[in-house]
Formats: sequence, structure tokens, C-alpha cells
Amino acid sequence: MNALSLIRYTAWAAVAALAIMAGYVMLAPRGGGSGLSTASIGGPFVLASTTGTPLDSATLKGKPYALFFGFTQCPDVCPTTMFEMSQNMKTLDADPALAAKAKAFKVYFITVDPERDDASLLKDYLSAFDPRIIGLIPKDGPELQRIAKEFHVFYEKVKTPSGYTMNHTASVFLFDGAGNWVGSLDSQESDETRVAKLRRLLERAS
Amino acid sequence: MRHVLHAGSGTGRSLASLIIASLRHAMLVLAGLCLTAGLALGTAAAHEFKAGTLTIGHPWTRATPPSAKVGGGFMSITNNGTSPDRLVAVECEAAGVAEIHHMATENGVMKMQAVPGGLEIAPGATVKLAPGGYHVMFMELKQPFTQGSSIKGTLVFEKAGRVPVSFKVEAIASKAPDAHHDHGGKMHGGKTQ
Repeated sequence: MNALSLIRYTAWAAVAALAIMAGYVMLAPRGGGSGLSTASIGGPFVLASTTGTPLDSATLKGKPYALFFGFTQCPDVCPTTMFEMSQNMKTLDADPALAAKAKAFKVYFITVDPERDDASLLKDYLSAFDPRIIGLIPKDGPELQRIAKEFHVFYEKVKTPSGYTMNHTASVFLFDGAGNWVGSLDSQESDETRVAKLRRLLERAS
Repeated sequence: MRHVLHAGSGTGRSLASLIIASLRHAMLVLAGLCLTAGLALGTAAAHEFKAGTLTIGHPWTRATPPSAKVGGGFMSITNNGTSPDRLVAVECEAAGVAEIHHMATENGVMKMQAVPGGLEIAPGATVKLAPGGYHVMFMELKQPFTQGSSIKGTLVFEKAGRVPVSFKVEAIASKAPDAHHDHGGKMHGGKTQ
């Protein structure tokens, strides 16, 4: 009987100790801040654009925008993503509550192949899509390397029998009005998911 | 032309009969053309090509944006025979170069590479060239592919030899042939300026 009580008390003591530990783990302030540091993706830039004047990221303050890294000699992901983005923007335009914000929303297509994609070629290429999609052309070399690094984008040249192609990160990065990265669109997501993410981005914009 | 010369020089038929003969000839040719066109239209829905034991199902491609130099070609290849064959090359007049490539998206990164040695089609197997995987990489396009048109090409197989096919041009972001017919909207590559 005594032995049984001892076991019972020990068990309750263990439960209490566990509860205290769990409470501490859940409530204690964390050293690493809020976990994901959104500010770590992106950075200020000034890049040549298809509008004719360079784009200074400082002018984007207060407006949510999307960034995509691609190239025109891309047979699948790039035109598909730009087309889907155009369709998704039309869906947002059709929502009276978001139409004004959607109108001001911009998508930037940054080429990872400035060797072949110049401003006039990229402009012509993007004319097949929504006019809110604007091409940005970093200079080949350090400028491209720097922007890719800041946006955590991977790209590399791959030789083919007749020339080369590019491997590259194919996500669309979403930035809020404060310039913080708030999420990405994936090329394998459904239209509904992408529209829902864009809707949330615009709804949060002031 | 040859017909006229022959008739005029040898048989001495009257001008009227010569004209009638020429007309009849022309009409036969015309009827033949109509029949061929009709057959082509009739088979457009199925759109498949056969070469020996191989069946090539619905070769298609996408409309391309203006200034785009590349496009992807897709199809299925079924080997109904008992020995393997291999797609070793693709030729296409509308493109300066056509290669067999593979692409995959890994951890958000689109990776593409040429497939050295081509694609084996094992006996009894169907190999699919589709968006997000194997595709014919059309490069150095001479002009944009426009939705609704067809691109002539030749598939070169190790055993089945040269097989002429035509790639149906679907919407700019079509995911599969004939899927979402309205999905392309008015945004045909090369037409929207």
C-alpha cells in the first residue's frame, strides 16, 4: 500500500515537472526573435528596365509587388508563369474590393540571361502578357550575381549541344508595401491557391 | 505543263478537247487535294502518327511570346513492337535547332538539360514528352508559333527511321493538348503586340 502511494506521488511529481517544463518552453522568450526573418530576402536595387527608365527599389515603398527570375529562352516555366500571373491579375481586377490595388500591383521579371535578353527583346517578349509585368535587366556579372544573392535565387548556365540554357529558381516572390518578403507562388500550385495568396497580399496593403 | 506539251505535239487533238482534258486533269487534282485535306481534317482530332510498331500520339507545342526564340514540343510515343527503339533526333524547319531535353523543378529551381543519346522507347512502353519533363526543345525559332497553326517536324528513330509529324500549336500556357480550350483567351503568342 505504501509502496503504491510512493509510486503514485512520484508519477504526479513527474507530471508536474513536465508541465512546468512545457510551460517554460512555450512561454519563454526566444533568443532568435520571431523565427523566420522576412527581412533577409531582398535588398535595395537599381536596375535597367523595359520601361526605358531604370527602376529604383526605393520607389516601390508602400506598394506590394512580385518578383520573378527567368529568361526568354525558357520553353516552359517562364512563359507559363507569366501567363498564369496575367490571368491571376485579371481575376483580382474583377473583384471590386481589390480592383484599385490590383491596378497598382506590379510584377517584375528579372532576367538571369542578360547576355541574350536585352531591354528591347525582353519588352517585346513581355508584350504577350499583362502590361503590369515589367522586365528588369541586371548587367551580366557582379550586378546579376549580387541581386540573385540578395533574393536567394539560384541560377546557372548549362551547356547544350547547340548552345546553352539556364537553370534558375522559378518561384514568384511576393513583397508587401514595406518591402518585406511575405511568401512565394509556386509554379505547381493551382490558380486558386495563387489567387488566394495574391488576394491576401493586396488586402494587407494600405 | 507536261500534259499540254504532250497533247499538243503528238496527238493532234483539237484545242477544245485539249482544254477539256486539261480541265479534267485540274479537277482530278483538285478533288485529290480536297480529299487529302478532308482526311487531314478528319484525323485532326485523333492526331496520331504511325511508323512501324511505333505510335506517336498528338504532337503539340505552345504558342510563343513575340521575340521568344524557343518552344517546347510534346507527344507520347508508344512502342507496340517486341524490340526497343530510340528517338535520337528531331528536325524542324521552323526552328534552327531542335534537341531532346529534360526539365525538372527541384526545390523551386527549374533545371533543364539535353538528353544525350536520345530517348529509349522500350517494347510495350509509352514514353511521354510533357510539360515539366521530357520535351523537344525547339530553338532559334524563325518566327513565333501561333495558336491554331501546325508546325511540321521529323522525328528520327534508330529503327523506325524518319517519321514526319506535325505539332499542333496550343495556347501559350496550355498544360495538356486540348485542355482548357478557352484558357488561352486572346493572348496568342505573336498576335498580341
